[in-house]
Amino acid sequence: MAAELHVALVAADREVWSGEATLVVARTTSGDIGVMPGHQPLLGVLESGPVTIRTSDGGTVVAAVHGGFISFADNKLSLLAEVAELSDEIDVHRAERKLEQAKAEGDAHAERRADVRLRAAAGR
Amino acid sequence: MGAQLRVYKRRIRSVTATKKITKAMEMIAASRVVKAQRKVAASTPYARELTRAVTAVGTGSNTKHPLTTEADSPSRAAVLLLTSDRGLAGAFNSNAIKAAEQLTERLERDGRQVDTYIVGRRGLAHYNFRERKVVESFAGFTDEPAYADAKKVAAPLIEAIEKDTAEGGVDELHIVYTEFVSMMTQTAVDSRLLPLSLEEVAQESTTKDEILPLYDFEPSAEDVLDALLPRYVESRIYNALLQSAASKHAATRRAMKSATDNAGELINTLSRLANAARQAEITQEISEIVGGASALADANAGSDN
Repeated sequence: MAAELHVALVAADREVWSGEATLVVARTTSGDIGVMPGHQPLLGVLESGPVTIRTSDGGTVVAAVHGGFISFADNKLSLLAEVAELSDEIDVHRAERKLEQAKAEGDAHAERRADVRLRAAAGR
Repeated sequence: MGAQLRVYKRRIRSVTATKKITKAMEMIAASRVVKAQRKVAASTPYARELTRAVTAVGTGSNTKHPLTTEADSPSRAAVLLLTSDRGLAGAFNSNAIKAAEQLTERLERDGRQVDTYIVGRRGLAHYNFRERKVVESFAGFTDEPAYADAKKVAAPLIEAIEKDTAEGGVDELHIVYTEFVSMMTQTAVDSRLLPLSLEEVAQESTTKDEILPLYDFEPSAEDVLDALLPRYVESRIYNALLQSAASKHAATRRAMKSATDNAGELINTLSRLANAARQAEITQEISEIVGGASALADANAGSDN
């Protein structure tokens, strides 16, 4: 059996997802980073973006995180985010509407948030 | 019905109505305590992981950061006081305010100027009435604080601490809130959030005997700390807001419970008085009838002769 790492995706007000995984890909401020079991201890700042978790039973979990941290040690990986949503929790229509609205209003933050949501939803 | 009896009946009716209201408030508060406690528990994983991360950066690197270094001669401190928007919670708000005042006094004795920030209308009203200066106040979310509210509260504080003291910034950040110990016990506590003493944080994190690994920082230890510390402050404020909300509901529940009990007692006393009044009325009526009858009998006996 392949080695596994334990992943906890935690938002400020709840634990969004936790379980075993073989690979986690997240976007830090200096680029995408892939973490596999046995990685060197790591602590990084996350960009807003989709996080892909390849679970040990072959499935894939995609989540949108808006800022936060990734920390890995002892085969335990935690993804801390102020706001995190699993891709199947995201309401695509609502995100599209928000994107339109943000573009119209020129709100760069809202636009980015909506964009991240849509990309995470597309990746599921 | 006699006048006395009518007065008692009316008072019993009014106390019964009040009792119903306080009973309802008690039950609402009880259900809210449970909800608030659940929120405290739900926010724990984030706070725990964040504390771990802060400890890891703090101990794993020799980074100096304005948020972790003590000023040589601190001259100004910010105090954040958490109260509630609404009263009817016994001594909840006055305890928190008292704790804040003691802290302010202590800081001023040490030669620091104190900037006060307040959450909750009750605390603000207290300060406004005494015409004390409040730098900024927040209200409207104390019953059910969301993370966004904590961010809103934290933003001006973090800004103030990052500014130079000469330009109106602060050197220290203290927070006064009501800690939720149990359903029956809530205590107003004050703690210093910033500058952060990493030893204390390390002690707080649950994994005491664990040796933290040497982390690889991405992009660099300074940048990680830069991003981490404001989040840490926000998460601490969020936790304090949640605890304060839970405490407020618990205090309301207790206050309303004793109000309900008192109303019940009052109803008992009033019913006894009303019963006595009724009995006195009946006794008087009987004695009047008997007296009248015997007077009649006396009169009749007199006319017979």
